[in-house]
Amino acid sequence: MAEIDTSSGGGKKGPGVKKSKKLSTRVDLTPMVDLGFLLLTFFVFTTTMSQSTAMNMNEPKDDDTSQQIKVKNSGAMTLLLGKGNQIYYYYGQLDPNTLSEQFKSTNFKNIRKLILEKKKATPIDDLMYIIKSDKDSKFGNAINILDEMSINAIPPGHYAEVDITETEAKLIKDTEESNGIK
Amino acid sequence: MSRPKLPRKSTTVDMTAMCDVAFLLLTFFILATKQKPPEVLTITPPNSVSAVAVPDKSIIITLTKDGRTFLMFGEDTKKDETLENLNLTQGLNLSPSELTKWKKQLFYGLPLNQVKSGLSMELNPAKMPGIPTDTAKNELTDWLRSITNVYAGGDQRKLEETLLVKGDNDALYPGFKQIKQAFKKNQLYKFRIVTNGEPVPVGSELYNSAKKN
Repeated sequence: MAEIDTSSGGGKKGPGVKKSKKLSTRVDLTPMVDLGFLLLTFFVFTTTMSQSTAMNMNEPKDDDTSQQIKVKNSGAMTLLLGKGNQIYYYYGQLDPNTLSEQFKSTNFKNIRKLILEKKKATPIDDLMYIIKSDKDSKFGNAINILDEMSINAIPPGHYAEVDITETEAKLIKDTEESNGIK
Repeated sequence: MSRPKLPRKSTTVDMTAMCDVAFLLLTFFILATKQKPPEVLTITPPNSVSAVAVPDKSIIITLTKDGRTFLMFGEDTKKDETLENLNLTQGLNLSPSELTKWKKQLFYGLPLNQVKSGLSMELNPAKMPGIPTDTAKNELTDWLRSITNVYAGGDQRKLEETLLVKGDNDALYPGFKQIKQAFKKNQLYKFRIVTNGEPVPVGSELYNSAKKN
């Protein structure tokens, strides 16, 4: 089209001029397909992986004393969340005479086993887990322990979050100091 | 006798169709995925085995690592109404133009008495002091009261599903306790926590009971 015809004469080509080869218009699409599918897989994976979920929280009504349930000592296990992902626990009620034997510490790795042991050893009607968070514990700890409850299939109503008492807070503080947890 | 020669077939396949499909799907997924709202506040939520997806229509109360509380209104929430209600009930004295400006913000993390002065300057949410939640003056209670006012008359369960608390793993517990207090003061006893989904541990009670069903 935009070429200048340099050949002389009535369109006849000389003996030295070769007929130009017709180039194929086909392009190899393989790399493009590869790239397409690579991006596709990447997007599919990244979109489904980061899924946020919602966990239900039920708070008791403070003012309603009629809803408060008496917990049997034999069926109660108190879980105290402390600093540095530590969990302290005791069964039943704290007795000043046997404090050191009752008050034990553990961590999130072992707590599932302990929760399960208590669940198996107690008739389901008496079972009660009392969760108390110290002021130095983390939000994540509180959620994780509630998550443990659902992992161990503890029926709702058999665990509750309660405010920590001063005696317990002091006990945690003393234990943390003696164990050197910061 | 020689065999008849078979015509040699080309091994190249026409890839155009395949290429078309790949890019069609690619464009579809890119367009269909929702962009995450800009994350000015980095929050690492705790994990949980819960499988309920977080709805888009939600009001999120964010608790940052350093214990500041923010409020964020998602799509299709009664954001404008809540802010108007707050302006009236708390006596913020915002002019209509200020109110419009206030409605455009993404994060709410200023004490109520600083709202008016804060509107004149462009504040980065990361530098905001957060909504005060201490025991003496828990302003989140006021925010939640306005939200309950606006949603009053509607389905209570719907409001409970709309309210979400998104806390950082390392936020200290008392900050969360104050948020719970604010909820309780408004007779809201149910709300939800944003968590990162994780698979149920194999062999646990929940895993076994789910397998039976």
